[in-house]
Amino acid sequence: MQKVSIEAHSLTKRFGSFTAVDDVSFSVAKGEIFGFLGANGSGKSTTIRMLTGLLQSTSGTATVAGYDINKQPEQVKMRIGYMSQKFSLYADLTVAENIRFWGGIYGLTDAKIAERRAWAIQTAGLEGREASLPSALPGGFKQRLALACAMLHEPEIVFLDEPTGGVDPIMRRRFWDLIRQLAEAGTTVFVTTHYLDEAEYCNRLMLIHAGRIIAGGSPQELKTQYIQNPVMEVETDRVIEAMNALSDDPRIEETSVFGTLLHVSIKPEYNAEDVIKSVLAAHNLPLHRAERIVPSLEDVFIHLLDQQGVTSDAS
Amino acid sequence: MISVHRIRPIIKKEFRQVRRDKRSLGVLLVVPAFMLVLFGYALNYDVKHVPLAIYDQDRTTTSRELTDGFLHTEYFDRIATLTSEHQIDSVLTGQIARAVLVIPVNFERDLAANRSVKIQVLVDGSNATNATAAAGYLAEMSQDYSTRLSLDLLARNGFGRPTLPIDYRARIWYNPELTSPKFLVPGLIGFILMISTVISTSLSIVREREKGTIEQIIVSPIHPMELIVGKTLPYVLISLVSTSLILLVGYILFDVVVRGSLLLLYGEALIFLLCGLGLGIWVSTVSTRQEQAFQLATLVSLLPTFMLSGFAFPIRNMPWPIQALTYINPARYFLWILRGIVLRGAGLEVFWQETLFMMLFATWIIVVSWNRLRRKVL
Repeated sequence: MQKVSIEAHSLTKRFGSFTAVDDVSFSVAKGEIFGFLGANGSGKSTTIRMLTGLLQSTSGTATVAGYDINKQPEQVKMRIGYMSQKFSLYADLTVAENIRFWGGIYGLTDAKIAERRAWAIQTAGLEGREASLPSALPGGFKQRLALACAMLHEPEIVFLDEPTGGVDPIMRRRFWDLIRQLAEAGTTVFVTTHYLDEAEYCNRLMLIHAGRIIAGGSPQELKTQYIQNPVMEVETDRVIEAMNALSDDPRIEETSVFGTLLHVSIKPEYNAEDVIKSVLAAHNLPLHRAERIVPSLEDVFIHLLDQQGVTSDAS
Repeated sequence: MISVHRIRPIIKKEFRQVRRDKRSLGVLLVVPAFMLVLFGYALNYDVKHVPLAIYDQDRTTTSRELTDGFLHTEYFDRIATLTSEHQIDSVLTGQIARAVLVIPVNFERDLAANRSVKIQVLVDGSNATNATAAAGYLAEMSQDYSTRLSLDLLARNGFGRPTLPIDYRARIWYNPELTSPKFLVPGLIGFILMISTVISTSLSIVREREKGTIEQIIVSPIHPMELIVGKTLPYVLISLVSTSLILLVGYILFDVVVRGSLLLLYGEALIFLLCGLGLGIWVSTVSTRQEQAFQLATLVSLLPTFMLSGFAFPIRNMPWPIQALTYINPARYFLWILRGIVLRGAGLEVFWQETLFMMLFATWIIVVSWNRLRRKVL
């Protein structure tokens, strides 16, 4: 069986009367890329801050790398790396000096720092830029360097809080390549994000909304488990009218607009294609294409939020 | 638990950052010495070379003897010789002269006839400090002259040279020339140490919070105490260097020599610095942005050390509620101690109580601020 890396039991955090994280439980296996997905303010960062010892939980417990976060914070700190969404390196220290500093903070010996510096420079792709100031580096490199700095002491687990904010898509992909490399080398990666495309890279995901976990599983499980109805992608000229017509039909569960396309979920007892054809024909609306698709995480997310009784504003 | 091994990288980092930030380095090292030069010359309580106009209506040897007595000092310079009454008004309102000496007609004759003569002194009171000092000098010099005349008169009339019942001779110890810089240097050291430590400590903490780097440090196994020691130690050292610079400038420009023990001086300065550090940490816990921290730090360090320490205004002359306030101000004690060491060569036996109070204050403010800081970010 896989070894458990992080285990949370009923973690709860209240700020006054506001409950930021509400009775959250989950477990993360060693070497897993574990994604915490949710909109801004849903409780992602608060959870990560409790697990890293930045915040005390109001109630509930968690173990990280086998140590209790409230009772053995020192043991936990030795074994984790952390990169916050705000994380910027010291802008007035060079790349090499930043690496030295962060290595020194973790009590690494000079020899060890030298060894890890070589690794960090290579990982961040900054060969020859050791003497540059971070401000002179392109955005994506800064993020990679920040991650490398958080990994200098070779932690078992690394927590990444919205690591790719403000980075262009190509650099984001390269950043995720790096995360995958780390996971393959055995590091557990706990990452929060609100990018749904990034969530696809995770081995397992938790969807968090208003402080509560509303779904969990691998991306594949989420798509099949939570959306059992067939989902059709519909192409038509008159998207809005088509959507109104389709949502009024009792055989149809949900409709949502994706750009110029419609995603329609039909109750399983009916033939999906027939339903769409008949509804649009009855309203004299043109149909260019209707195709069964594998639902995206976005479909899942919207579906789940609808069930929670909220109008979705997830990006 | 506390390990030098982990403090070292923080100290090195702070030094690097200060060294690269030319402006704050300047603020910490150059500005203090520059302030001493500025204050030493500008904040001068001594009144010298007062422009004096003389309206001598007598024009005799005796009247000239009197005026020469005034002018042969560094306190007065003859700026004008008046020939009519209405000129008095114009030299005073025109601020050509700060004081006018009027000697009446028949000055010499009346004196010779043993009659009392009235001489008149008009002083521009628009600057109260200067006016009081100038009037005081003039009164004292006239008194001297008058005493001498009386004695001469007695001698001429065959009474010999009697001894005066009281021969008043004031000797000022510790600062015989009564020069302001000697008095100012100790005050300035306190003033500057307080401002620079409070500002630099609070800014360095708030800056890390603003940039988010402090979180990154807190999730590391470093002990919070190691972090604070590492962050503040460099500023303590820089402030001590700054103290030395002030002493050096004071010695070169104003002849201020430390009479007491230098070691004691640095020891007391260190205790005072700890008070500043505590205040700086406190400021960082109530500010979210650097600008805010800067303003608050200036306020809490500048006002008490400037106004309530006896640096700018004598504590004796304050109304009692304000005097009471000065008792909880460490700068008050530090100034007293420093003046003792620098001017009088006093030792610890004289101000052990003040030292003890500073230690208590430092402990108290550091504990209070430390707890606030822990609750806030650690």
